[in-house]
Amino acid sequence: MIPGAFTYHRPSSVAEAVAILVSHGDEARPLSGGHSLIPMMKLRMAAPEHLVDLGGIADLKGITDDGDTITIRAMTTQHELIASDLLAQKLPIIRETSLLIADPQIRYVGTLGGNVANGDPGNDMPALMQCLDAAYVLTGPEGDREVPARDFYEAAYFTTLAPDEILTAVRIPVPPAGHGYAYEKLKRKVGDYATAAAAVVLTLDGGTVSFCSIALTNVADTPLYAQEAGEILTGSTLDAETVARAVAAAEEITEPASDGRGPAEYRTKMAGVMLQRALARAATRAAS
Amino acid sequence: MNDMTPTREQREAALEGMGCKRKRVEDIRFTQGKGQYVDDLKLPGMVFGDFVRSPYAHAKITRIDASEALKLPGVIAVLTAEDLKGVNLAWMPTLAGDVQMVLADGKVLYQNQEVAFVVAENRYIADDAIQLVEVEYEELPVLTDPFKSMDADAPVLRPDLDGKMEGAHGPRKHHNHIFTWEVGDREETDKAFSEADVTIKELISYHRTHPSPLETCQCVASMDKIKGELTVWGTFQAPHVIRTVASLLSTIPEQKIHVIAPDIGGGFGNKVGAYPGYICAIVASIVTGVPVKWVEDRMENLSTTSFARDYHMTAEIAAKNDGTVTGLKVHVLADHGGFDACADPSKWPAGFFNIVTGSYDFPAAHLEVDGVYTNKAPGGVAYRCSFRVTEAAYCIERAMDILAQKLDMDPADLRMKNFVKAEQFPYHSALGWEYDSGDYHTAMQKAMDTIGYRELRAEQKAKQEAFKRGETREIMGIGVSFFTEIVGAGPSKNCDILGVAMFDSAEIRVHPTGSVISRMGTKSQGQGHETTWAQIIATEIGIPAADIMVEEGNTDTAPYGLGTYGSRSTPVAGAAIALASRKIRNKAQMIAAHMLEVSEYDLEWDVDGFQVKGNPQARKSMKEIAWAAYHAPPPGMEPGLEAVSYYDPPNMTYPFGAYLCVMDIDVDTGVAKTRRFYALDDCGTRINPMIIEGQVHGGLTEAFAIAMGQEIRYDEMGNVLGASFMDFFLPTAVETPHWETDFTVTPSPHHPIGAKGVGESPNVGGVPAFSNAVNDAFKFLGSTHIQMPHDAWRIWQAAKELGAHG
Repeated sequence: MIPGAFTYHRPSSVAEAVAILVSHGDEARPLSGGHSLIPMMKLRMAAPEHLVDLGGIADLKGITDDGDTITIRAMTTQHELIASDLLAQKLPIIRETSLLIADPQIRYVGTLGGNVANGDPGNDMPALMQCLDAAYVLTGPEGDREVPARDFYEAAYFTTLAPDEILTAVRIPVPPAGHGYAYEKLKRKVGDYATAAAAVVLTLDGGTVSFCSIALTNVADTPLYAQEAGEILTGSTLDAETVARAVAAAEEITEPASDGRGPAEYRTKMAGVMLQRALARAATRAAS
Repeated sequence: MNDMTPTREQREAALEGMGCKRKRVEDIRFTQGKGQYVDDLKLPGMVFGDFVRSPYAHAKITRIDASEALKLPGVIAVLTAEDLKGVNLAWMPTLAGDVQMVLADGKVLYQNQEVAFVVAENRYIADDAIQLVEVEYEELPVLTDPFKSMDADAPVLRPDLDGKMEGAHGPRKHHNHIFTWEVGDREETDKAFSEADVTIKELISYHRTHPSPLETCQCVASMDKIKGELTVWGTFQAPHVIRTVASLLSTIPEQKIHVIAPDIGGGFGNKVGAYPGYICAIVASIVTGVPVKWVEDRMENLSTTSFARDYHMTAEIAAKNDGTVTGLKVHVLADHGGFDACADPSKWPAGFFNIVTGSYDFPAAHLEVDGVYTNKAPGGVAYRCSFRVTEAAYCIERAMDILAQKLDMDPADLRMKNFVKAEQFPYHSALGWEYDSGDYHTAMQKAMDTIGYRELRAEQKAKQEAFKRGETREIMGIGVSFFTEIVGAGPSKNCDILGVAMFDSAEIRVHPTGSVISRMGTKSQGQGHETTWAQIIATEIGIPAADIMVEEGNTDTAPYGLGTYGSRSTPVAGAAIALASRKIRNKAQMIAAHMLEVSEYDLEWDVDGFQVKGNPQARKSMKEIAWAAYHAPPPGMEPGLEAVSYYDPPNMTYPFGAYLCVMDIDVDTGVAKTRRFYALDDCGTRINPMIIEGQVHGGLTEAFAIAMGQEIRYDEMGNVLGASFMDFFLPTAVETPHWETDFTVTPSPHHPIGAKGVGESPNVGGVPAFSNAVNDAFKFLGSTHIQMPHDAWRIWQAAKELGAHG
């Protein structure tokens, strides 16, 4: 449980950090909260020769209200997400989800950027960002580009992020006031990844669903945006029959691993149960 | 008497003796991070050792090449089995009569087995060097299922035992067979079954788990080549035994070996045995001449040193229609992994599993245990239980529930019907034990009344109806567990470890000013001995506990003892402490008589000193007597005031308890929530009620973990799955249920202070309570037995198979 030797860098600007990544290519890795990377290094499953600590870059901190969107800079910690009045008001599902990540000690250090950029299917924020249709700002030697969260993930730990790019911010469109939301997560204990989890954001118009977005955590090697399930529910009154069809559609796209959390069949079914419960809770929160 | 003279009650309270909820004195340092653990030890010139481990569960080793590792700056040595053969230490004896490789000798038998020991200037270099040691393996067929161990075509795991058809515990019947252990009367038992109205039979498996103390196993070995003396600091639950074993193995004379167990961060059986890490650190220190530290990491601890359980028990009960039990038959298939490294008293290959008749009056019983090898880590230690007692308690408590179900009787009523009655003690069980004392009916009734048992059953019935009508997706289980423990190993007539009788000891020295230093052969790992031992002495010799220092773990200063495990400290060392104290009190009485110029027979003991019968004003306190013992002892008497006692217990002690668990289960997710958990313990005389309660809380938390998901799993390739706290279920305060504790007091008639031991009871009784609750919940859907562990997915799967998902 001891990592191999590496060179530690602590740049003070994004440009400097990108320059270090450019000069070392595949041998360098950016470090944010470190909760995934450091254990991997201790197990020698990851052995970067250069570790680029983003913790000294002031520009990577903060949450800003841009009107229709909210921008969260990458090194904002989960604790800061929980403590943000702006998010509590405009995007309360972020607070709800953050509180289900690990434990307070980890949330003081774990960052939104690290959580979404690492590509670990067990992380909670990627599915949430897909549910919210967020975009990731990727900064490389050629400047910034934006990639939708729904297009970012390719496989476990594989994303569209290039080795010389840093995920510097997340831009989230603000859902309409009065939207209903819920993040339902089944886990074995505090600190565990989800056996299955579902994020739901919906709006109701006179008891009828006018908008519904769904995403699932840890039931495939990437987070899953359950587009079809959302479409099935849109226009419905969340009646049992339609919900059952949506749940079946969501279960259909899962492809979970069998592990200590349970066999694949169980985890698929739990994705369905979590979705059903998230829908019910979101509906009670939505203004009609 | 003026107002300043303390009353008798005040003098008694000032002692903080037995029965006092005295705060733990050791917590002053533990809560401030000032404990001194092995890894805190830093010696001049100290270097670090670490293991190259096998990625395969079963393989031949064709080549080990350490040349690249040795080129790395800072690497001092790389030891292999070939090097250890030079000092005859490539293999070591186990406590169970088997032998075990220290470093892989030509093959490996389980994943993560120790293959080579790298010694380097620091642990970072050591880990880098491990990556550079080249080992060539030739994979062999892997055997992980104990039920296939004795198949005709099963792979030969132990070529070193080739042709040896006689093992340490009798004949072996297959190349992967270790022993058969048979107890009881087969004929009588068969007869009971042939005459029975009702019989049940069930395979009840207790999965493989691990004691997982927060501090892993570790040591520092330091060989002084000039003096020829070896000092080993280590996480040892039994430091004296480690010294004896080290002397026998190394041929260093025992007086030149100093074994020191400093503060220990939990043991739970994990730190009883001797591990390759200890041997390698010692050899490396002998080779290099400098101190060598070895510290396990979490994955090494979970995957290599001392698993627990892996017992597959087929239980059969014969009974009359009215529920009276008439016979018990149990066969156990015991999976020991690659070596039989069970930590049991040497003559007991399945520990005290023959306590399996439990709290019930079985007129006939028969038990047979077959131990087998598999490609899994060795161990089989008593994880917070007296040797294999938790397996036995689980077996009988599950089986009694199954019988109740078959008879359509309430499980609590069936137990009440069959309990050994208070007037039957001392009770001789069909499998050979003499239970010292008990009052089971009173304990069970108190438990049922306190929790409102009948009302809960009515609520459960209503919930079941509601479930059937589709009004709820939640079902309710009530787990009943009544356990009898057997602890305090043990009497020399039947208990020894490698030939050393399982006595224990205490040495107490009263200083001239009336303070005390005392040392015992036991070793606390969190049990609070520094607090409770002082309380026994305080009550026995009338010196305040605060003035009594307790020291354990240093083999140079402490009297020889067999250590702390199997809830043996209070039954054995606790008795030695009381008896040594009484020797001191006897001498004090003679000194007091001299001081008061009366006959010692004219004196009586009163809280903290002696007084003249009928004239309580004429008294001498222990403080005064202590001074006199050094200042002016009676003519002809040796000065000083100290005593040693070595206690060979006449019998084991038999704590018992009634545990009830109320559980609500979400059938759609399989998530089980413990609504209430009530634990009534009877451990005889209670020395420190607060520490007992703490012990019960800890043991119940472990029981909860084990029953509800704590498991060491292997895949069919022998890969150990989940050997980290991510997957190995160690509950946090969030998951842990609230515990309601209670007690009755039935003293042990043969123990000097009537105490029985309690540390392990909650683990022993807790596991069946949880498992019975889960099983009880599903009974109405037609289920007889659902195997542990009861993690959410397995409960969900059981619900699905029972048609509960519609």
